[in-house]
Amino acid sequence: MKYEPTENEDIKLNMTSMIDIVFQLLVFFILTFKVVVQEGDYNVRMPLAAVAPDEEMDDEPPELIRVMLRAGETGAISTIEVDDEVEVKTFVGDTTEDLYRQLNEYVDAKVSLGDDPEEGVDTEVEFDIDTTLKYRYTVSAIEAVSGKQLADGNVKKLIENIKLKDNSQ
Amino acid sequence: MKFKNKKHTEILEGDLTPMIDMTFQLIAFFMLLINFSEVDRAEEIVLPKSVLATPPTERPDYQVILNLDPDGSVVFAGQRVEQISLMSPILIQEINNARRSRTKSVPAKDIAVIIRAHEDTPTGIVQELIGKCQSEEMENFKFRVKDEEY
Repeated sequence: MKYEPTENEDIKLNMTSMIDIVFQLLVFFILTFKVVVQEGDYNVRMPLAAVAPDEEMDDEPPELIRVMLRAGETGAISTIEVDDEVEVKTFVGDTTEDLYRQLNEYVDAKVSLGDDPEEGVDTEVEFDIDTTLKYRYTVSAIEAVSGKQLADGNVKKLIENIKLKDNSQ
Repeated sequence: MKFKNKKHTEILEGDLTPMIDMTFQLIAFFMLLINFSEVDRAEEIVLPKSVLATPPTERPDYQVILNLDPDGSVVFAGQRVEQISLMSPILIQEINNARRSRTKSVPAKDIAVIIRAHEDTPTGIVQELIGKCQSEEMENFKFRVKDEEY
C-alpha cells in the first residue's frame, strides 16, 4: 500500500525534557568550573648515595658553587653567601630583591666567563639552607641561579644542576 | 457596542533552535575545560610564585604529588598524613605501583616526586620530606611553583 502523507502534517518533537537535562548539565559544569592557575617546576636531582670514586674518574667533576642561605628571626632571608672553592662572598642588601639580584648577577658572571653558551650545564649549585628559612625564599634563590630574564623578555638559562645539602637532621 | 470574545486555539511557540545551539556550545566549553585531577591538589596550599619555572610539557612516566603544609603534614591523593615519618607505607605502595605500571615498569629513582609545598613552610620540613623519599630510593624531585603572571 502506498503511503501518502496527509496535507499539513507537521511532526513535532517534545523538546521540554531534553532542554531540562541540558540545563541541568549546564548548571553542573558551571558550578564545578574552576580556573586552573598555570604552574611550573624546578627540577632537583638528589641521589642519596654518592658516586663511587672509580666511576667518576671518567669525567671531570662539574664546577661546584655552594650557596648558603641564612634566615633571620622571622624565617625571612637575611644574607646569602657563595663559595666557589676559590673565594667566599657574602651578599648583604636592604631588600630581599637586592640580595637575589646580586646572586643572579654573580651566577650570570660565573657562567658567562667562557663564550661557550653550554658552559652552564657543567656547573653545579649546592644549596645549604637554614632549616627555618621559609620555602618561598628557597624557591626565589633557585630561580636566581636557574636563569636570568633579559630586557627583551627572553630567559637566559644559567645553571640546571641543583641540589640541596641535607640539613634536616 | 458588545465586545466579542474571540477564542484562539493556536499555541504560540518561540523558535528554540538558537537557544539550544548556544546551550550546547556552553556545555561543550565547560566539558573541555573541566579538570577532574583536583584530587592531586590541596586547595589550601599557597604555592610560591616564580617567573622562570618551566611548565611541565610532558607527563613523567610515573609521578607522585605530595602537598606539604607548613605544619609538616602531607596531603597525598586527598588523604592527609600528619607526620612525614608516617609516609613510608604510602611511598612503598607507590613504588610498587610504578614497578607494576601497565605501560612501563618505572624504577623508584625515576619516579617524579612533585613537591607542592606551602610558601611559608620552613625549608627544613621540605628537606625532611625529601630525605624520607630518598630513604625509599627516590631521587628525582620537582618543586612546583605558581606562575607569577597569574
